[in-house]
Amino acid sequence: MNIPFTQHTLDNGLEVILHEDHACPIVAVNLWYHVGSKNERPGHTGFAHLFEHLMFEGSQHHDHGFFQPLQGAGATLNGSTNADRTNYWEVVPSGALELALWMESDRMGYLLPALTEAKFTNQRDVVLNERRQNYENRPYGLAPMALLAALFPPDHPYHWTTIGDIADLQAVKLDEVRAFFRRYYHPANASIALAGDIDPDRALALVDQYFGEIEAGERVGPIRMDASLSRDVRIQFEDRVELPRLYLAWITPAMFAPGDADLDLATDLLANGKTSRLYRRLVFDERLATDVSASQNSREMMGYAQITATAAPGHTLAELERVILEEIARLAADGPTDEEIDRGRVQAETQFMFRLQTVGGFGGKSDQLNAYNVFLKDPAYFRKDLQRYQTCTKTSLQATVNRYLDPARRVTLSIVPNGGVSLAAPDSSAAVVS
Amino acid sequence: MSAGRAPRPGSGRAPKADRAQLPVPGPTPAFPFPAIEKSTLPNGLRVWTMQHTQVPLVAFTLLVRRGASSDPAGQDGLAAVTADMLDEGSGDRSAIEIHEALARLGAQFDTDIGSDATVASVTVLSRFAQTALQLLSDIVVRPAIREEDFLRVRQLRLHRLAQMRDMPGAVADRAFLKILYGPHPYGHSPAGSEASLAAMRVDDVRAFHARAIRPGAATLIAVGDCDHAAMVGLASDAFADWTGSVEAEPRDGGSLPNAAGLNVVPRPRAPQSELRIGQVSVARDTPDYHPLVVANTILGGQFVSRINLNLREDKGLTYGARTAFEFRRHRGPFVLQASVQTSGTAKAIEESLGEIAGIRGPRPVTPAELELGIAALTRGYARSFETGEQLGRAALQLALYDLPDDYFEQFVPTIERVTADDVSRVMARHLDPARLITLVVGDLDAIAGDIGALGLGEPTVLPPDAF
Repeated sequence: MNIPFTQHTLDNGLEVILHEDHACPIVAVNLWYHVGSKNERPGHTGFAHLFEHLMFEGSQHHDHGFFQPLQGAGATLNGSTNADRTNYWEVVPSGALELALWMESDRMGYLLPALTEAKFTNQRDVVLNERRQNYENRPYGLAPMALLAALFPPDHPYHWTTIGDIADLQAVKLDEVRAFFRRYYHPANASIALAGDIDPDRALALVDQYFGEIEAGERVGPIRMDASLSRDVRIQFEDRVELPRLYLAWITPAMFAPGDADLDLATDLLANGKTSRLYRRLVFDERLATDVSASQNSREMMGYAQITATAAPGHTLAELERVILEEIARLAADGPTDEEIDRGRVQAETQFMFRLQTVGGFGGKSDQLNAYNVFLKDPAYFRKDLQRYQTCTKTSLQATVNRYLDPARRVTLSIVPNGGVSLAAPDSSAAVVS
Repeated sequence: MSAGRAPRPGSGRAPKADRAQLPVPGPTPAFPFPAIEKSTLPNGLRVWTMQHTQVPLVAFTLLVRRGASSDPAGQDGLAAVTADMLDEGSGDRSAIEIHEALARLGAQFDTDIGSDATVASVTVLSRFAQTALQLLSDIVVRPAIREEDFLRVRQLRLHRLAQMRDMPGAVADRAFLKILYGPHPYGHSPAGSEASLAAMRVDDVRAFHARAIRPGAATLIAVGDCDHAAMVGLASDAFADWTGSVEAEPRDGGSLPNAAGLNVVPRPRAPQSELRIGQVSVARDTPDYHPLVVANTILGGQFVSRINLNLREDKGLTYGARTAFEFRRHRGPFVLQASVQTSGTAKAIEESLGEIAGIRGPRPVTPAELELGIAALTRGYARSFETGEQLGRAALQLALYDLPDDYFEQFVPTIERVTADDVSRVMARHLDPARLITLVVGDLDAIAGDIGALGLGEPTVLPPDAF
């Protein structure tokens, strides 16, 4: 299985990837800008995401909002920002491809003339409400802020969350927004993928027609900054929650780097699903926890792995920590079983097939082609990506766990009910989160 | 432009973009909805198959038309606990062993409980179809329902309920159903309450499984590279020993409570108010279904809806606001929902009530709004039928609500016939401003003055643990 494609580069540097799939009369338009919250600076956080909002507020030649003409054409559309990239997509009936390209190109080439103080103020208010809804007013919602701040030093681009700090959002000025657009939103920092019911020659001609006239802009170089932990950083804070929750986190390899796939499989067999080692011990047998989960969060510069467990009433996070460390030590000493490796492989195969089902949206074929292109310069990486999981072995997984899930170099975060500091993992200092 | 004449990209020979006007989209391509082939086994189980061969996966959905509305009085949460117990062991096999069997197939397994239905679904690589179907049968037809597993599952659900007390959205959803419906079968969340779960026994679960999870109320939907006759054969083998009759569906019984117009569940120092505005409205089988769908799209069902443009894009009070008619087998609720900043609570309520009242007649939908709403619903219709799961969910709608075979073919033309008068008429018929109920989960001290001045009467304050 693969995602067949053709690839082109316009003279202004815009990379174009085309994938034909005529099963459904729809086309996915997927545009990545290689900019995320890691391109921000301390004191100016939340910028890339706030900017994404402004991209939906109209551009010079259609200054009446971005949604209306596209929804009227039967499109669904959205955008998202993470630490490494910002993406925008539409899925349109085949006959509306040109409209989608018109709209995307107009906001790439002609956003600033339509950007006003009123739009800016309104969307900053919306983002502050997004932050309240998804972080401040949600149990455990401030965990990402505390984890990232403890994993990465203050000047590191992964130190802050994509949503940003409240004070930074309130201080941002329209001029900064304009400078940000000029720096990052241009063809030489973008990649567009079209997938679905297209004629590739005509689609390419249309992309050229609408995007070819936009000035190239200055290339954006990669950001490189190392980070490592030298000890067990133990922090806690109180929150409006019923049950205490423990987070263990480690700095791990980057997306697609050696060890990344091993850690995906290792976190799965440790803590995802009822067959996982930690679910069986913590939830099923010993009943110390109400839930447990784990993930390898891959990013462009480096990743971080995380294990999360919520204590059952009457139990402390110290008990959870002891069991989790025991199971990591056992995996590091003995490696996974043959059965666990076999399961991991067939689950990867199923998940990769899932990802071939849809042309558009987050994680659809157009989004995957762009991910492989932007991060690896290799849109053909799908098959190799699956091979990363199929070639993991007991030995590679065990070695990776030994190297990266090191109990002496981690972050240990406890979030406890108000007044329940005694439930936190021992020797934790109070974290300041907002 | 033909392929042969396409210029080299970036050559500067491409025609210049015309930015004076938006391109007019071409005609919406015809899209035949895939046919559903149907059979019924001797035990009453309906077996439906749909061909979908883009990827080597097969998606099984087993729908049983009994859900949380079949919870007996005092046993809120029984259907949900029963659904939880399905994959907690079968025959001699433990819960872990069942999940190991699923994991060996790389299967994606899920159960879902709604007011009208229990659904178990499993998706696997096509080569595992037969094994997966046998496992699905073991899970749904022959769950072990052992006491020790029940006690553990119940405890996990009790912990979950305790955690939900801190989740403003969950508190609002649970409280709003209770306020709207009272003791009606739709008046509780499928999760039940801490009191009802504490009183529940394993025999209750066994009895519920015996009377509700039965083939006469069930439809097995298979989507993938599957020949109908072969799939019926596999289903016959896997489900032949599933017998027993199913209890009657709950009735849409009794009168609804006379709830206060304005209700508050206090959440001290909350930065936002979780807002719900609505009323008990209309069932899925209403003849007004299509005009209501158009009306809701314009009022609060899309990004450019009146509600979202007002509260988010004009006033910046929220990350998003939306409305929905929750169509069910009996009268479902109409609900507006939004999380709004605390200082804007009263303003958001006032504007929301104004928008709901307006679309009933005083501010009828404009031709442009109607055209946009209809286009949004019809032109992109094909993308709802792209993946195997989407096709399975579509077929599930037909099975759950007794919709005709040509329902999807008729959807677009029926929507296109909706007029502005239809929209006003059905909204006036199914929404009554005098009966609209408002609920806020938020910082009572901060908002009491403002919302008290809305003319909705004194707020009724409800304790957070009342649900």
